[in-house]
Amino acid sequence: MQNAHAMNPPGDAPASRLKDGPGPGSREAAALDATWSDPPGLLGWLAAVNHKSIARRFIATTFFFFLAGGLLALVMRLQLARPGSKLVGPDLYNQLFTMHGSTMMFLFAVPVMQAVAVYLVPLMLGTRSIAFPRLNAFAYWIFLFGGVMLYVVFVLGAGPDVGWFSYVPLAGPDYSPGKRADFWAQMITFTELSALLEAIVVITTVFKLRAPGMTLNRIPLFVWAMLVTAFMVLFAMPSVMLASTMLIMDRLVGSHFFNPAEGGDVVLWQHLFWFFGHPEVYLIFLPGLGFLSAIIPTFARRPIFGYTAMVLSLIATAFLAFGLWVHHMFAVNLPELGKSFFTAASMLIAIPSAVQIFCWLATLWSGKLDFKTPLLFVLGFFFILVLGGMTGIMLASVPLDLQVHDSYFVVAHLHYVLIGGAVFPLFGAFYYWYPKITGRLMSERLGRWNFWLFFTGFNVAFFPMHLLGLKGMPRRVYTYQAGLGWDTMNMVATIGALTIAAAVLLFIVNAVRSLRHGAPAGANPWGAGTLEWATESPPPPCNFHAIPVVHGREPLWEPPRTEADGARPAFTHVGGLAADTRELLATTVLDARPDLRVNFPDPTIWPFVSAVAVTALFIGSIFTPWAVVWGSIPIAIALTAWFWPQRAETSVHLSLERKPWQ
Amino acid sequence: MMQALHDVLAPFGPQAAHVRELWLLTLAVCTVVFAAVLAALLLALLRAPRANAQSSPDLSALMRPEPGKRRSVIAAVAASTLLLLALIAASIFTDRALARLSTEGALRLDVTAHQWWWEVRYVEPNVADSFVTANEIHVPTGRPVIVTLKADDVIHSFWLPSLAGKKDLLPGRTATMHFRADRDGIYRGQCAEFCGSQHALMAFFVVADPPERYAAWAAAQRRTASEPTSEQPVRGREIFMRSSCAMCHAIDGTAAQAVRGPNLTHVASRGTLAAGALPNTPEDLKRWIADPQQTKPGTYMPATKLAPEEMDALVGYLQTLR
Repeated sequence: MQNAHAMNPPGDAPASRLKDGPGPGSREAAALDATWSDPPGLLGWLAAVNHKSIARRFIATTFFFFLAGGLLALVMRLQLARPGSKLVGPDLYNQLFTMHGSTMMFLFAVPVMQAVAVYLVPLMLGTRSIAFPRLNAFAYWIFLFGGVMLYVVFVLGAGPDVGWFSYVPLAGPDYSPGKRADFWAQMITFTELSALLEAIVVITTVFKLRAPGMTLNRIPLFVWAMLVTAFMVLFAMPSVMLASTMLIMDRLVGSHFFNPAEGGDVVLWQHLFWFFGHPEVYLIFLPGLGFLSAIIPTFARRPIFGYTAMVLSLIATAFLAFGLWVHHMFAVNLPELGKSFFTAASMLIAIPSAVQIFCWLATLWSGKLDFKTPLLFVLGFFFILVLGGMTGIMLASVPLDLQVHDSYFVVAHLHYVLIGGAVFPLFGAFYYWYPKITGRLMSERLGRWNFWLFFTGFNVAFFPMHLLGLKGMPRRVYTYQAGLGWDTMNMVATIGALTIAAAVLLFIVNAVRSLRHGAPAGANPWGAGTLEWATESPPPPCNFHAIPVVHGREPLWEPPRTEADGARPAFTHVGGLAADTRELLATTVLDARPDLRVNFPDPTIWPFVSAVAVTALFIGSIFTPWAVVWGSIPIAIALTAWFWPQRAETSVHLSLERKPWQ
Repeated sequence: MMQALHDVLAPFGPQAAHVRELWLLTLAVCTVVFAAVLAALLLALLRAPRANAQSSPDLSALMRPEPGKRRSVIAAVAASTLLLLALIAASIFTDRALARLSTEGALRLDVTAHQWWWEVRYVEPNVADSFVTANEIHVPTGRPVIVTLKADDVIHSFWLPSLAGKKDLLPGRTATMHFRADRDGIYRGQCAEFCGSQHALMAFFVVADPPERYAAWAAAQRRTASEPTSEQPVRGREIFMRSSCAMCHAIDGTAAQAVRGPNLTHVASRGTLAAGALPNTPEDLKRWIADPQQTKPGTYMPATKLAPEEMDALVGYLQTLR
């Protein structure tokens, strides 16, 4: 397969036999660019399946949700700045914190990581596409519609108001009449469906579409992190989808899963929710670790220390994350012995994280440092996440948790862990990979301001909340009375929140301004070692005009092998895939040897139409169970059209199958 | 408003004191680890030479292992593991200590949480001695208290920071909680689990009194409501009975026996109104009756429109319920 290029018959090849080749500017490269581009026009935009187009939209959408969620938080902080404030009443406030939590967890944190993965994983693996590009497009549309639906009902004044955790029976039919909780439940099922589909896409891509030579122990650590995350999604998300479906059945058709008066159980909801909810934290956090493992080696100018330990600790974290959901339920009357087990599991999950942190320290310790903005955000991560980890250890202890659970201490802890563990790395990642997406660098000067404002604002906003919790302030309260000793610290926290908002504004200014005015980046502005920097910035539609062959973990850093190095000649890239049809090279799972030539589907509007049909069913099902019956008809039609074999496509695939050497 | 204590780190009973000890130990260990990690990071940043994107990467790590760093990382991980195991042990021992609080001769209370107030039933061996109050719990100092926790509607959580931590009240289940107040004082508690619109204003107070003072209070609470003597309170009682008040509230010794809202038999003896939302003064009581939504938007108590002199009479009557 590697020398398939040589088998290309000489002479003027007919169109269907044009093979890919190295280098931009060649006829082959132009054909590849045309093949892998999305079709023009509005219909073409809706039909797009190129992973980079979908990922750019996905990232932008999640960023808008991040801004919306942040804005809600700002209103909450303004309300809490003074005791007895009349800025918003309980009804709006309860919607605000429900929408804030739901947005950040379901519409930002997990999707943004998956969106970044959809962009970067194929580039890092040296392939032309993610697996299942149409499914990927479908997952994006589902996500978009689910999120937009939630915001539409919120703007219409019917936002859910029972918390992002939506505990029953408060979220059940008796105590939340109206349709608020139904919209919430359906949005959950929607966005988690999208997460599941993206997980399948990522897992298949990582296992089957790696560049030849990229054995399992040469996969970049960010890809490892996303692979582990994707597996966690597969196990965690069904739990919450099941729970939200049970909830809507309780509300819509009068089942009694959570109604104690009819033999249901309110604690069942909590088990199902936190069996998802705790792994959720780690599946936000693991991609953050992946970002760090990409950024640190580049700016420390050396390979990561302890690659194998890093991979194993990612896997260990994923396993342990499923064994500690009960630490959200210590205040529920559960058996004592079980609680000790969950205390131990919750504390011991700190060990794999510690392994990662010590390995990064070892990497920095012996590196030569290039203090660019991405590295600054990494250093911010160290301070914030380690502090958040410490308070996590406190929360894992049953007696301590019984004091601080559901107090502002927990609010402080979870923001330290989630913002420190995911948002700081994400900002660093944005500065780091921005040139790969746009072709230009972001301003370093603004980047530094952005970092210091964010870092300071973050600590001013969230550190006082630890003390508020210890002073007895419960969370999820829309107001508090003067004279309880909470006034000053709440004011300070609000000032911190405003500083964070300024930092985010500065970030937007930097990102938008750099689109036009940033310095042109070139293929590898940071001198990094992984494959995504081997191609132009931004990458061509096909990512790589010739599929690279990998010989180590840092392909761009290692000196090119020549025949003089060893007995076997070393290939730097693979040729021979068709340039005028979407053909990919699939490799074996363990050692990434060329395995198959796979024909990929073309752009089509049907994933979009299917997503619209699914949305119609889900929204209809909020109002009548019959929507499930009638709504499935358009879905069936759309899916049939989606999978209907196209004669032209089939004939190309058949001819390539029959004569693979052509 | 009642000045009350609500601080996790200022315990006034054995339960909260155990937790504070564990907290101090955990805080000490965590501070040391945090400082060590930051110091290592700072040292690494200070000693490392500077570079830029053009500097050639140092690939020596790929060729030969780094035994020194490997040893340091393993030692650091081992040390963290040992510290964590110590903290797990400390946590479990504290848990045991909490469970060991002697409950001999304990006072028994049934607390039922409602949206958004607390019903407190004093369960005495002699059923006739049992009585009901709301939002305010009096306990004798030095005597253990066993609280049985139930929820009437949704999940609430009974949090008493200065004395005992918290426990959830779940519909369809009961839980118990033990505590003992060692010093007299007023301790503030609050619902900690989000329970709907007025979760924010769902406080309660534990008043710890010396045993004699407690006994006097309990004796007073056991009595049914005193008959009003002067003309205004008598008229106030009439208004109470014919307005919507009697649809929800009970006053022992009268025809009002509804259980939807707090029992008002001794309402004037309580420090606050509406689960800590207002101080219990005649003006605030009037404000509360006339427009509860003003103070507690979303509360289930309906507004009661009365002529000023009727309101005066009603509040005058309620003030006699000591």
